[in-house]
Amino acid sequence: MNRHKTRRMSLEEMREFLADYDGPEINIMEVCGSHTAAISKNGIRGMLSEKLHLISGPGCPVCVTPTAYVDRLIELAMTPNTCVVTFGDMLRVPGSKQSLSEASGMGGRAVMVYSPMDIFQLAEKEPKTTFVFAALGFETTTPVYALLLEEIIERKIDNVKLLTALKTMPGVIAYLCENGASIQGYLAPGHVAAVTGSKLFQPLAEKYQIPFAVSGFEGEEILAALCGIVKAFADEDCRSKVMNFYPAVVSVEGNTRAQELVAKYFKPTDAAWRGMGIVPGTGMELREEYKKYDMGSHDLVEDNKKNKACCCDQILMGKMQPQDCPLFGKVCKPLTPQGACMVSEEGACHSAFACQ
Amino acid sequence: MEERISMVHGSGGAATNELIGAIFAKEFASKTLDRMEDSAVVEGAGKIAMTTDSFVVTPVSYPGGDIGRLCICGTVNDLLMRGAKPKYITCGFILQEGLEVAKLQEIVHSMAECAREAGVEIVAGDTKVVSGNGELYINTAGVGFVPEDREVSAERVCVGDAVIVSGNLGDHHAAILGTRMGIVNEIKSDNAPLGDIVEALFEAGIDVHTMRDVTRGGLATVLKELAKTSDTTIELEEEKLPVTPQVKDFCGLLGLDPLYMGNEGKLVALVPANQAEKAVEAIRKAKYGEEACIVGYVNDSAPGKLYIRTRIGGLRNLEVLQGEGLPRIC
Repeated sequence: MNRHKTRRMSLEEMREFLADYDGPEINIMEVCGSHTAAISKNGIRGMLSEKLHLISGPGCPVCVTPTAYVDRLIELAMTPNTCVVTFGDMLRVPGSKQSLSEASGMGGRAVMVYSPMDIFQLAEKEPKTTFVFAALGFETTTPVYALLLEEIIERKIDNVKLLTALKTMPGVIAYLCENGASIQGYLAPGHVAAVTGSKLFQPLAEKYQIPFAVSGFEGEEILAALCGIVKAFADEDCRSKVMNFYPAVVSVEGNTRAQELVAKYFKPTDAAWRGMGIVPGTGMELREEYKKYDMGSHDLVEDNKKNKACCCDQILMGKMQPQDCPLFGKVCKPLTPQGACMVSEEGACHSAFACQ
Repeated sequence: MEERISMVHGSGGAATNELIGAIFAKEFASKTLDRMEDSAVVEGAGKIAMTTDSFVVTPVSYPGGDIGRLCICGTVNDLLMRGAKPKYITCGFILQEGLEVAKLQEIVHSMAECAREAGVEIVAGDTKVVSGNGELYINTAGVGFVPEDREVSAERVCVGDAVIVSGNLGDHHAAILGTRMGIVNEIKSDNAPLGDIVEALFEAGIDVHTMRDVTRGGLATVLKELAKTSDTTIELEEEKLPVTPQVKDFCGLLGLDPLYMGNEGKLVALVPANQAEKAVEAIRKAKYGEEACIVGYVNDSAPGKLYIRTRIGGLRNLEVLQGEGLPRIC
């Protein structure tokens, strides 16, 4: 594990280095949706040499959720005395036939919140309604759901439940490395690493000889991490490095309290990824003793595209750029998403659409 | 009078009269309104600006204002953005059963105060009661008069114009959202009538090409629409955008972008670049314009596009707000 020890480059030096790079072509995948959004917000793509390519990976939680999960949410929303509670993006993700927001226009009940804890106020006001939180996300968000559960149990609340679609990073990165994705460097998610520690990526870097740079989400932080990856790629001895460009937030070991909390309530499981199918060991589900808080998350693996021509699966694996999808910018736009990648601000297609 | 509004207050009979007498007629008293006729007959001639707006904000009171102040600001600002001098306002109240009369009183009072501040007369009104949970909606119409020598319109935007905003972005949106979510903070809504700023610009002799009220959708949505209408390119500088540290932190916390957040007391003006410094100086001296600054320029590099030069030197394309943003912000 290496803290990045070389002298810090100035903003000007980083810009020059990345714009003037003239070595072999390098594909760098940003695995995390927040990085995709930050790259677009900072206009970073346009700052890079033609030899450097940024590829968005499967790290937007909304984008990787299979249609069966959306369909189950809709089914719950349409059930009497049941209300689905979710973050905003999930409302518009297409299921196999419709989205949650379309279902709520037809009598279903779905409420958008900014914090999962808002569910308690709703549940208190309507004790006869079951409120189901659409609990999806990666290692970063899972501790929040563990806290939610802890409060449900402590306060003996019986009308708040979870429908989970929780994912973990290492297994899916390994899946990409082994399934033909041509990636020479990974921009590793700072938020995930804050919880898990940067050690999470070490086995991957060593096994696949690909450098990882843990980065924050400010423009400069991303530029610094990109410079680190390019330099590490150039030096064969450095290709198995995990570099930490976010040391103020990320440690090697991570947040052990959060890790314990997650382990108390959740256990690893196989997970279905939109467009990729089941990837072993890449999910988290409630432990047996807490299954009574689950609203049927297991086996939601069906994944039927609403629009057969949608290329979200190829795009999520970095095999195709959003612009190459025949639907992109035509029928598939942020207001009329055909696939999940066009919904969230963190989705590769949404981000590419905004940057056109 | 009862403590809460009930259906009988919308009957048109004695209870309605009691409500009008106790609250609306008292707060909005004027020669025209006092006549209580079926319509107001008012003075005026020349180029007339007219607008209408509906206000459904929730919660009805928030840090820095309430729906009463908001409905006056929203209406007069729409008139002002075409160079008009706002003069008359009408208001229709749709009250839900269960609304506290004291709350209504407070809102109507704040509306009357804001109308005085903005120099407009409330000349006609209407009240209806519907079933519900004690909320209220207000619909307004506004009339103003445009001096003959003023021509403010999106079509006048041209290459070389400077883009000026009259102050900090995102305050109203953040205040509403913060209240709804119960996030403790010091952010107040900026809801304000912008008459002083607009008059200051014209008094300083600025040839204002166009002005827009930066409301729902935020600065990016307003400017993207202007770029499209005028077939020009607008390029902003991220570092120049005025955002308070409080709003910046609030946005960071929730993943919001101040460029897409609504205000209710900010305008964006496009003026010839050689008059821009003078325009900023004039706005800064006017009430509610203290933080005015130049945030970008119009060029012709890619007609219809809105760009922002980011802090680290990248160029980001901006589209209009996609999706619903924050509902019921005004």
